[in-house]
Order: sequence, then structure tokens, then C-alpha cells
Amino acid sequence: MSVLIKKPFTRRDLLRGSIGGSAIAVSLPFLDCFLSESGEALASGASLPVRFGTWFWSMGHTPGHAVGERTDRIEFLEECKALIPYVEHINYFGHFNSPLDGRPNHVHHTGWVTTRTATAPVLPGEIPAPTLDVMVSDAIGSNTRFRSIDMSCTGNPRDSFTARDTHTRNAGEVSPRALYARLFGNGFADPTKENRAPDPDLMLQQSVLSGIREQRQRFERRIGAADRARLDEYFTSIRQLETQLALQQKEVPVTAACRMPKSPDETPVGLEINVAQGNHEAMARLLVMALACNQTRVFNMAFNNALSSLRRPGTAYTHHTLTHEEAVDQKFGYQPEAFWFNCRVMEALASFIGTFQSVKEGNGTLLDNTLIFAHAETSYAKVHAVDNIPVMTIGRAGGRIKTGKHIAGHGDPVSRVGLTAMQVMGLPIETWGTGSLQTSKTITEILV
Amino acid sequence: MRPTAKLALLGMLCAVLVTACGSNEPQTRGGPPTLRLLTEAQYRNIIRDTFGSQVVVAGRFDPIVRIEGLLAVGAGRATVTPSGVERYIALARSVAEQVVAPGNRELLIPCAPAAPQAHDPQCAELFLRSAGRYLMRRALTDEELASYQRIAAAAAAANSDFHAGLSYALQAMLASPDFLFVAENVVDGPDGTPRLDGYSRATRLSLFLWNSGPDEALLAAAERGELDDARGIRGQVEWMMESTRLEAGVRAFFTDMLALDDFQTLEKDTNLYPAFSLAVANDAREQVLRTLTDLLLVRDGDYRDIFTTRNTFMTGSLGLVYRVPAASPSAGWVPFEFAEGDPRAGIQTQLSFVALHSHPGKSSPTLRGKAIRELLLCQRVPDPPGSVNFDLFNDPNAPGKTARDRLIRHSTDPSCSGCHKLMDPIGLALENFDGAGQQRLYENGELIDTSGEINGMAFTDSAGLGDALRDDPAAPACLVRRVYTYAAGRPIQRSERQLLNHFEDEFAGEGYRLRELIREVATSDALYAVSQPRLRTAQLGPEEVSP
Repeated sequence: MSVLIKKPFTRRDLLRGSIGGSAIAVSLPFLDCFLSESGEALASGASLPVRFGTWFWSMGHTPGHAVGERTDRIEFLEECKALIPYVEHINYFGHFNSPLDGRPNHVHHTGWVTTRTATAPVLPGEIPAPTLDVMVSDAIGSNTRFRSIDMSCTGNPRDSFTARDTHTRNAGEVSPRALYARLFGNGFADPTKENRAPDPDLMLQQSVLSGIREQRQRFERRIGAADRARLDEYFTSIRQLETQLALQQKEVPVTAACRMPKSPDETPVGLEINVAQGNHEAMARLLVMALACNQTRVFNMAFNNALSSLRRPGTAYTHHTLTHEEAVDQKFGYQPEAFWFNCRVMEALASFIGTFQSVKEGNGTLLDNTLIFAHAETSYAKVHAVDNIPVMTIGRAGGRIKTGKHIAGHGDPVSRVGLTAMQVMGLPIETWGTGSLQTSKTITEILV
Repeated sequence: MRPTAKLALLGMLCAVLVTACGSNEPQTRGGPPTLRLLTEAQYRNIIRDTFGSQVVVAGRFDPIVRIEGLLAVGAGRATVTPSGVERYIALARSVAEQVVAPGNRELLIPCAPAAPQAHDPQCAELFLRSAGRYLMRRALTDEELASYQRIAAAAAAANSDFHAGLSYALQAMLASPDFLFVAENVVDGPDGTPRLDGYSRATRLSLFLWNSGPDEALLAAAERGELDDARGIRGQVEWMMESTRLEAGVRAFFTDMLALDDFQTLEKDTNLYPAFSLAVANDAREQVLRTLTDLLLVRDGDYRDIFTTRNTFMTGSLGLVYRVPAASPSAGWVPFEFAEGDPRAGIQTQLSFVALHSHPGKSSPTLRGKAIRELLLCQRVPDPPGSVNFDLFNDPNAPGKTARDRLIRHSTDPSCSGCHKLMDPIGLALENFDGAGQQRLYENGELIDTSGEINGMAFTDSAGLGDALRDDPAAPACLVRRVYTYAAGRPIQRSERQLLNHFEDEFAGEGYRLRELIREVATSDALYAVSQPRLRTAQLGPEEVSP
């Protein structure tokens, strides 16, 4: 509420239906009857929402020490042992490739771009097509307060792997405190509270946004076609904010687990692995409540940066430099220090899955109603390989997919996984990608 | 007569002479008009200049991608993501609430409403026209004013508060595309060729020279048509360059050119480098900007001396890392000169460079060499190939005490050596500075060899590298390219190659003085040339808006 607003609105004002001569939507308190008794579905009969998210890590896996080659089930080895308790919630996709059609392999970049956009970049840093999470949020993200929530655990908002194009890259939230403020601070109407006071400021905020939107035609007359396309994202975002404000004036259907979380303490951010992991866990706890409270249905979590700069206190080498400069220990058959980091990354992923599983929804958990698309940017960092990049889907997407499967790609394009994920999320998409990455082959083995 | 006044007079005289004799600047077709997202610094500066420093801009901005080495060019491709719009709305709200808050409103709102609990259209218009003029960098149209008045009236009525109404109208203004994006307008010149209108010229100039929006004098000059010809522009540039705000503009330019924004995420392992702290990082960033502005503006020195200068400024916390006697922390910044023979000579030996281009726990000759090539010489180093063979590092018995020992392995593999030879021999000269930029003679007990070469010119230490950079014609050419690109806010066009050669010649002829280069670029016809005809448009030029 603006400090300048002297006279708070009363519930009576709102029920009268007008402020300052303008009609407004009447907001009523949240009613328990929105949920069915079991909480399995909303009382309206609508099923629980299915959420989509991505989880990115870099530096791939240590070959021969992460996932076994057998395909009748997933065999997590030492590097991935933290995932073993969740193996029945995971699908692992091995030996899917990124054919580049002669385009260069921009190390630590091309791999994640092909996996998320099904198009190989030509230039360094280029993101030639929207990432799949953006396509999903376009389809399912417009009826929640936030189109998507994007997080980075490195302390750097640039470490984000969600973008509409090279210059429209969604910056990640880097601090749990800031994420809390965005999700549960100003603008969050706790839907679990009865008789919550409607916020009259919302209508005035809407008038501000519609005032901006009215400028579109006049502004666009002054600029060329290319710039109009750039502005389109801005005005679309303004319209999305208007939708968010409208939604805040209505009751938000939430699941029984929805609780206003406590504000996290101010924590340091950065690349020291314990710091990154701590912030990752804190942001995951906030994220699951945001999902349970139906504030968003799409999210992106980046655990490290593409050139993993994660480090252990008191050591000179980062995760990335270790993958190149550490000698392979002949006894173990791998680079021990780099392997240690890879294990910690998989522990973080396991912790993320566990946080989703800890939230009860109906007869299952939030994890059951989510599809997490997790992947790296290389298969083996030591040699910058972009074929056989590890990809997993986690969660059952509201019962739309089977889990616990190890799918062998036999060299098929990695875009098959992304295409299938988008189809599972309900996107009407038959073909995805360009060049040899273009595919229309759904991975039917995981479909229910 | 004061020296500055003499200088101004001389400048005016030169301007007249050049106008009379004609410039030898090559003719160019210019580039397309730009649509630039305000950078974070520009946003902050415009708010500060419009409302004063008591209004705090608290919040973060989405990162912009560098193009041609500059955020200023990347801003011409940037757009706003949904989360970015959220942040702009929150910032707008915060700023607007501060502006109309008691204590500030008396200073910033030029009138009192007839009744404090009701909308007062006359008083609101005074404020909205005044604030809008600086925020939009032009006069508001009547249509725009009416829109903001509607928002203000509704909010004032809802809150029974005139100032609350203004707050909402100001929020709308601060989140509008006209404020957030610098959209240049093209009009037809007297001879029918397209040209930037006066407001667009004023904004190009002010963003270039001050990194902020035009002030009242510049806007008024635009409205009087004084920016429509070369002579008028020269007159404006002269007084703008005399303004103390020029220093802010030069700082912004070098912050962009040297990628000093990377300090926001710079991290050092405090177990390995206990003296390195956030305060040191902040001071290191400030140190290089002070060094540059002192040498290039205060002393009006030769740009090439930035690679050899031993003069800088020091704080108590920096002194701990440099391990030099410095004034007490309470003394703040004090001038400091490294002794002859000290390896610190040139900005590339300062913490801002050697610490920024290192890993959190160790130095990196490769990163440092790459940064010198790309940031200071405008030379692109190819990305590493995807097929690098790292088996070279599999020999645990290979010598590896020093960075040179480790990097020598790159030279034995053709897939590595092609690029590493462009970077490593430069960066190895800076190995006397560890990952935090502290001086050292040994690494793992081994005496460090700092010899190297650049473009065939050999040297034995960091000072020798500085001498080689000073003599490298690519260094001033790089500055010319960056300054012009920064000023135009767009990539160099093919047709502008001759123009760059011209600027380089002029720069050399003026003793490589930055002020002269800035003046040359700011007064060039090329900076205001546009290749694109005017669009079907509702013009917002001075001649077409209400007074």
C-alpha cells in the first residue's frame, strides 16, 4: 500500500462495488469449499494443476560412474546414488544426441541450447529459439500470478537458461530473501486466510498498467518492424501483469498444503558450493509453496553456471577447471575432485526432488503433479561432448506419464525428450526444432 | 581569464573556423535510428537528475547482453522480460511514492493543490509536464498529458488525496516505454534527407557525454532548433564538455568498455585471499576510474599512458592488498605513485584488472590475455574448439608448479595452441599478481618467469607489457571504435570504416587526448546521420508538440 494512501478501503467499499466512480471486481474471502474433502481436486471438479519446471546443472556426468547402461531399469551408480530413493519418480534418457549439422560446438553453451531449443546456435552466446519452458509458460502460465519463477543458485542473475531469444533472457532470482519478497511480499493475498481484506490498490495499479498499454499504438508508429517485435515482449508482459492483478482480486484455488512460509534469513550468495546448496534448498522450499498456493505453474532452477564456477573453500580450482586440468586417478578411473563436485550436484537434485515430495497433494504429492525436465550442458565435461547429454524427467505430471524408465535414444536427437515433455504439458505441438534436431517423434514409452 | 573559460573560448573559435573551412570528415550514410533500453546507470542518473539524490532507486535490473563489447550497444537489442516488467513497476512505485512523500513534495512539486484531498488539474499539469519533460526527454503531448491526468484524478478520488493521485500518474510515466526506451525519431531534413530530430540529437549527446538525459538547457536548445546543424551542435558540445557531468559520462564509458559491471559478481576465496573483501572490490573498481579520469580529464594526458602510468589513488583497504603504505582508512582516497621499477605500471596491473580476470582461487594468464585482447585492443579471440584433447593433463608427473608450466602443455597440442598463443604470452607477464591481484615472486616455491610477447614484441615483465601495449596502434584504434560505437548506441556500419580511420588520424593528431576524441565524435555529422527514412508517425519533435 502506498504510504500516500491515507484512507484505507473498507470491505464495505468494495462490496458496494465501486471506488472513485469505477466498477471493480468484488473480492470475497477464500472459502474452504473450493477444495474437495480429500483435497484430491478442487471442489469445482477441476483436477489439480500440473506444473512444469526445469533443473539445470553443468559439467554432466562422470562416464561409467553415474548411470549404468542397462535399460530395463535405471541403475544409478556412485555419482548419482543420492537419486536412488527417488528412482521410481524419474525417467532417464541416455544416448540422445545433439547433431549440429556443421555448426560449431560452442563449449558449455551449445549443449544446453540444443536440449532446450532443438536448434543449434551458430554464434557464441546465441539462443536461436525460445527455450521449451517459455513455450510451456506461454501455454499454461497466463492464469497465475507469475508466468514463471526463475532461480539461480550462483549469485549471478545472468546464470539463467530460460529465454525467448538471445536478448530476452529471463534473469534468475539469486537470493531466497528476494524470492520470498517477490512471491509472498507485496501483492500476495494469503488465500488460506478467511476474511482477508481486499486490496483497493490493485484496481489503481490496473489503471496504471492499462494507461501504459494504451500507449502501444502511438509508440509503435514511431519505430521499425524489428523494434516493434522487441516491444511486443514488453507489452505482452504489461498485459500479463494486468492479468495477475485481476487474479489477485479473485479467489485463487489452492491446494491444502498452501501455507504462507516464513521469511528466510538474509544469506550470502555466491559460488562456494555450500552457499549455493543452502540457497538452492531455501529457494526450493519457497518454490513449492508458491506452487501449492497456485502463484505460478512454471519454474526454472539453475544450480550452477554453464562454466561451473562452483568451488570448495580454500582450494584454487573450480569445478570447471578441475574437469579439464585434474589428472584422471588411475585407481578410480576418474578425476576425484571433479567427481566430488558432480556428486554434490546430484545430491542437490535429490534434495530438490525431496522437497517436492514433502508437499502433500490429495492422495499423492506435489511431485506427482509436476514434470521436472532436468539436464546438463555436456555429457562429459573433460571433452566437451554434446552427444549423450544426461536428461531426466522427474515427477508424473498428474499421472500423464510413467516413471522409473531408462530410455535409450540410440543416437536420436535430444529434442525428442523436449518435444515429449511439451506434449505431456498439453502443448499442441507435433514437430519441434530445426535441421537434424527437428523431430516429430514422441517418446511414447513413457506415456500413460 | 580562468583556464576553463579560455578553453571554452578556444573551442568556440575552433568551431567557427571548422564550420567556415569545412570539415574533412568522410561522408557516411549513418545507421538506423536506435531503440535503446535505458541501462541501469542511465535509469538511476535520470531519476537522480530529475528528482534529486534523496530519491533512492532501490532494486535490481535485468542484465543486458554485451554487443561489440558494450552494454550501450546491447541496450539497442534488449527487451524486457515479464519479470523485468515486474521489477520496473516496483521501481516506478517506489520512486513515485518517494517523490510525493511529505518532505519531498514541497521541493519537487511546483505547486500546492487547491484542496489537498482532491485532484487539482492545474497543479497536476504543472508537475506532470515538468517531470514528463525530463523523464521522456521531450515535451509531453496533450494526449499523453490527458492520459496521466485521468490516472491521477481517479487515484486522487479513490484516496481522497491529491498527492496519491500524482503518485499513480508518475508510476505510469516511469513504467512507460517512452521513459524506459530511448526511441529516436527521424524527420526529413531541409534537403529531404532523413535526420534525427532535435530531441533525439539532444538525448544522444547527453547519454554520450553525461550518461543521463538532457537537462533544461539542452532540451530548450533542441526546441529552438539549435541542434539541427553542425554549428549549433558544436556550441552545445562545448558547454556540455565543460560541465562537471562530463566526468560521470567518461566513468560510465570506461565502466562499460572495461566490463567493470562484472565486479557485481566478483568472488574471491577468502581462505586463500583473506585481505580481499567486498570493500576492496569496490575500491578496486573506483581506483581504475579515478586513475583514468585523473589522467585523461584532469591532466588531459595521452590515452596510451593508461598502460604505463604509475600514478593512481589508494585507500587504506586497498593498501593492505597492494601491500603499500597508505593513509589511514579515515583519510579516504589519496594520490599514490608506484616507484620506478615496481611491477605496477598501467591499469592492466591494477586490482581491477588482474583480480577481475582471474579465478576465485587462482590467477589466470589465459583470462587476462583474453581480456587485454578483447577489451583493450578490440581483438576477438576465438572460442575454444569443442574437440580439445585434455589428455595432456593426465600426466601426474608433468611439471606444474607455475602457471607457465601448466600452460606450456597447450602449446604442444595444435587444437589449443592456435588460440592460447594469442592469450597466454600476454597474461604470463602478469603472473607476478595472484588471483586477488596481490604481488608475488614465487608460485609453489618456484620463481615466476614473467617474460612474454605480443605481436612479436618481446618483454620481460608487466612493465614491458605496458610499454608494448602503449606502442600498439590497436590500442588507440580500439578506443576510437568503442567511443564512436558507444556514442551511436549501435554497431559500426560497413560504410563507416573510413570514418573510423578519420577519427583515428584526428585522435593521433591531437596527441591521443580523450577530450579531443570525444569532441570530434560528438560534433561529427556521422553521429547524427540516419540511413532510414522517417516512418509514418505521429511526430514528437519540438515543432509538433504543445508548448
